[in-house]
Parts: sequence; C-alpha cells; structure tokens
Amino acid sequence: MKKLTELCLYDAREGLLNKDFTSKELVLDHIEAMESSRSLNAFITETPEIAIKSAENSDLRFNKGTNRDLEGIPIGVKDMFCTKGVLTSASSKMLSNFIPPYESTVTNNLWNEGAILLGKLNNDEFAMGSSNETSFYGPVINPWKGNNNEQNLVPGGSSGGSSASVAANISLGALGTDTGGSIRQPASFTGTVGLKPTYGRCSRWGIIAFASSLDQAGPITRNVRDNAILLKNMCSHDPKDTTSSSKKIPNFEESIGNSVKGLKVGIPNEFFQEGMSDEIIDIWNKGKEWLKKSGAEIIDISLPNTKYALPCYYIIAPAEASSNLARYDGVRFGHSVNSSDINEMYKATRSEGFGDEVKRRIMIGTYVLSSGYYDAYYLKAQKVRSLITEDYNKVFNSVDVILTPSTPSSAFGLNEKSDDPLSMYLNDIFTVPVNLAGLPAISVPAGLDSNGLPLGLQLIGKPFEEETIYSFAKVIEDSANFKNIENQWWVQ
Amino acid sequence: MSVDKDNVIKIANLSKISFKDNEIEKFQEDLNQIIDWVDQLSEVNTETVSPTFSSFDNDKGMKKREDIINDGNYREDITVNAPNSEEGFFLVPKVID
Repeated sequence: MKKLTELCLYDAREGLLNKDFTSKELVLDHIEAMESSRSLNAFITETPEIAIKSAENSDLRFNKGTNRDLEGIPIGVKDMFCTKGVLTSASSKMLSNFIPPYESTVTNNLWNEGAILLGKLNNDEFAMGSSNETSFYGPVINPWKGNNNEQNLVPGGSSGGSSASVAANISLGALGTDTGGSIRQPASFTGTVGLKPTYGRCSRWGIIAFASSLDQAGPITRNVRDNAILLKNMCSHDPKDTTSSSKKIPNFEESIGNSVKGLKVGIPNEFFQEGMSDEIIDIWNKGKEWLKKSGAEIIDISLPNTKYALPCYYIIAPAEASSNLARYDGVRFGHSVNSSDINEMYKATRSEGFGDEVKRRIMIGTYVLSSGYYDAYYLKAQKVRSLITEDYNKVFNSVDVILTPSTPSSAFGLNEKSDDPLSMYLNDIFTVPVNLAGLPAISVPAGLDSNGLPLGLQLIGKPFEEETIYSFAKVIEDSANFKNIENQWWVQ
Repeated sequence: MSVDKDNVIKIANLSKISFKDNEIEKFQEDLNQIIDWVDQLSEVNTETVSPTFSSFDNDKGMKKREDIINDGNYREDITVNAPNSEEGFFLVPKVID
C-alpha cells in the first residue's frame, strides 16, 4: 500500500471522510516519517503519544459522525507557539526548560477543529534569522540538494523546521510565524507554499513575541488548497489580542479556482535589484506570462520607498525585540543563573541564555531606543514605515495584487552566510516591506533554478484580501506544475 | 566607527547582557556595520510625515473589552516554571538592605 505521507492535506482529509484509512493509520505513517527523518533536525520535540491518542479520539468521532473540519490531520507546530504541557523553547537555551501552562489561540483553534499535534518544529532562536542556523538545537537541513552536489543547504528561516517537515512529507502542514519573511522565505527555499496573513488575521496570543507590530502566524503546506484549509482554521477574533481582527473569516478554500480574468497585477520596478540573477528575472517573467494567459492584466507600478524597507525593518524589529525580550530575567520562567546580586543574576542569565544573533538584535534595539538616538533612528524608521505603507495604499488603488520574486536567490549552503549578519539580512529584501505595511502575501513554488533548487514567486494582496491571493496563487501553481523532491536521501 | 567601545559597554549594561573582553570587539564591529547601514534612512525627507507604530486597522482603533475579571485563580500554574518560588511568590535575590 502507498504510504499515507504521500498524500497532501486535502487528499488525506478526503480519505478520512471516505473511510479509506483511519486517522490512526495516517498518524502512524507520519510518526514513522518523523522518526526516520531525524537527520534533517526539523523537530525539537516529537509528541507521538499525544498524536496517537488524538488519532484514536478522531477515529471515534468519525464513527459517531461528529468529525470536525480538520479531524485526524497531523500537523507540525513551530516552537514559537505555546503548547500546554509540551516544551516550547523558541529554539533558545533561555526557554529550553519552559513548559507552558496554557495553549496559544491559533493552536487551540486547530485542536478544536480536530487537527493533531505531531511535534514542535525547530526555528531560528526567537525567530531571529533567515537560515535556521541560530537555533540552540542546531540547524535544520533542507531536504533539497543541488544537482550532483552533496552539500547540505539551509531550509530558510526562521520557520526552517516547518518548511523542511512539509517538503519532506513528514507533516501534512505546519505552522510558522512571519515577522519579516520567516514563512515566505523558507517556503521559497523548500518548494512549499507559505502565507503570511494580514496583520490581525490570526491572534498572536500565546505566540512568543519577537516584534509585536510585525509578527503574524501563517501556514506552510505542499499546495495552495491545503494552505487555505489550514488558514481558515487558524483565524479567529480573539479578545485576548487587541490587534486581532473582528472581520468576518471567509472560507478561503472557496476562492481556489476563481478566475483572475480582468484583475490587475502590479509589477514594481523597484524590485529589480542591481545584480539580480537572470534566473530570478526569468522566473518572474514566467509568472507574468502565466497570469497574463489567465486573463489578468499586467501593469508596471512604482513603490519608490522600497529600498528603505530593509534598514527601516532592522531598526523597528530589534527595537520591539529588545523590549519584548526584557521579560527574560531568570525570575519567572526559563533559564536562570543564581547570584546574590539581582543585577548580576539578570546579566548572567541573559548572557548565558541568549545566542549571538539575539544579543545583537537586543543591543541594536536598545541602542536605537536609547536617549539621544530615539528620534534619529526609531522615530525616523516609524516615519519611513508610513511612507512605505503609503506607497502600497496608493498602488492598490489601481491593482489587485503585486507579483515579485520571493527571495533574491535559491537556498544557500550551511555556514555560507552565518558569519556575516548583514548579508543574511539582505535575504529578506523582498519580504520585509509586506510586514511593515501589515499586508498579506504568499510564496508559491514556481520552478527550479539551473542547480535544481526551488524558486518561489510572491503575491502581495490588499489588507484582508487573502482570497484574491489564493486565486492568483492557484493559477501560478497550475501553470508551474512544480514537483516535490523524489529522492528521500535523508530517510534512515 | 559610530559606536565606540565605551558605548557598546553602556548599551550592554542597559540590555543587561555582559560580554567577555574578547567578544566585545566582534559585537562592536557588527553593530557598527549594521548602524552605518540603517543610517541611509537619514536621506529620506520625513518632515511632514507622522510615524506608524502599528499597521492594525487604524480607522477603527483597537477594541477594548469590558473591564471585568474573567480569568485568574491559578497561582500554581503561574509559578510552576519559576526557578525559585515559595508559597505562590517568585523569589529574587535581596534588593533592599
């Protein structure tokens, strides 16, 4: 019999409904995949006992006819989401002993619809990174390798465990968080579909905070339809998060297959970067052609402040992070170093508990917020953020979506950029503006580069118009006819 | 270099992080590289621009819930992850002589 891990989420849901197999069978196949794929280091905590028990419960519900929307579907959860009674580390030594006494709203919504926790996924420490190399638990390995090349590649970051587990058929879908590209960039590097919803679409309650005005939860899946199914079950208005939206939650899945005929696609000329590789330009042009063939109108647009998005982000995100991470003081939870002096206790705890990239960002954040620099850096950046947002507002008067590449390159090698923070930051050049403006955006696999590695295209939408994004994403998916990895070299 | 060594030590103090002597230089170098790079924002004219602190639906503002107690009474859950606690309190080193 075909392994059930080869099914996508949508087909697995159909199979369960048709009683072709049980949830327990589905979950056991995924547990086996999880255990035989440990060489990828995608999971920090495996939860097979929880998964099997939940699957048995789901099977009872199928028999009674009380099955819910995601009944019996095993998924992975990034280790930034608090899960009650299960280690939630943010991939940091600081929280390597933290067992939350509560559940995040997003995961709670999923469990209430019958989804099943397979395990907690590795990420960059506190979601700060673009390669998953800053994790206290070690890097995640990308299931993809270049043509005739044994070199290990990064899965992108910070949601690297999420993207790798989905690409490697270990989970039917995974949760990520995206502050500057942390869902879309890893999706692009692993040939998966990753969506960052509009700011406010998903509750942030119970998600370990990095930069609160930018953080959003979102799904990573193997296709567009799966993504829409998962997103619908993540969203809710949550009184516990004042920035969670009370807008009606559409059935996103229904927008899949909607025609894009007559809709307008903006191509921002500022996204043409100097030194951009021909392969990225080619895939972008292909995307344009596909959408044109489907009846959409392609329009050149200008987003003049694009070049300032990245420096703007690297002031605002560290500023918010330095403030959010002040809570790690060794008193209430997490790593703690004993000392008779409270200041020494704070310093020793934080110096031991945080890794270098987190320290760097706390330091930058503290600097730009400190007396004498606040106006020049922090306030300035928030003003530039207004200009960037204004660029998008203007453009969206005349187009329905914006099409760009997701990343400036395909996946790079392990340790290739980890010594140079700035070159690592430049990875997020196409994804960061979206977070600053609070917009929804998706990365969809569009093809392979000459080295045989996946490249993604990004579609950016108007606030709360994820449905339009999904309609366009489906067109790209159907046109690209992207195939997942066949050789599962990592299975032991 | 825009951030000198004394400044790095001052920021580290504010951040409640300590560095070994051999680490400071590398951090200083990284910080300067990043600060010099973000400095390009100074060329943008923002004289008449007001700041955006959040992209959340600004028209309607944030919703406030009614000011009623709807949660609580789990002191044990709250202190369960604390390295030092006693009778439902967090323990810290003595701060007042």
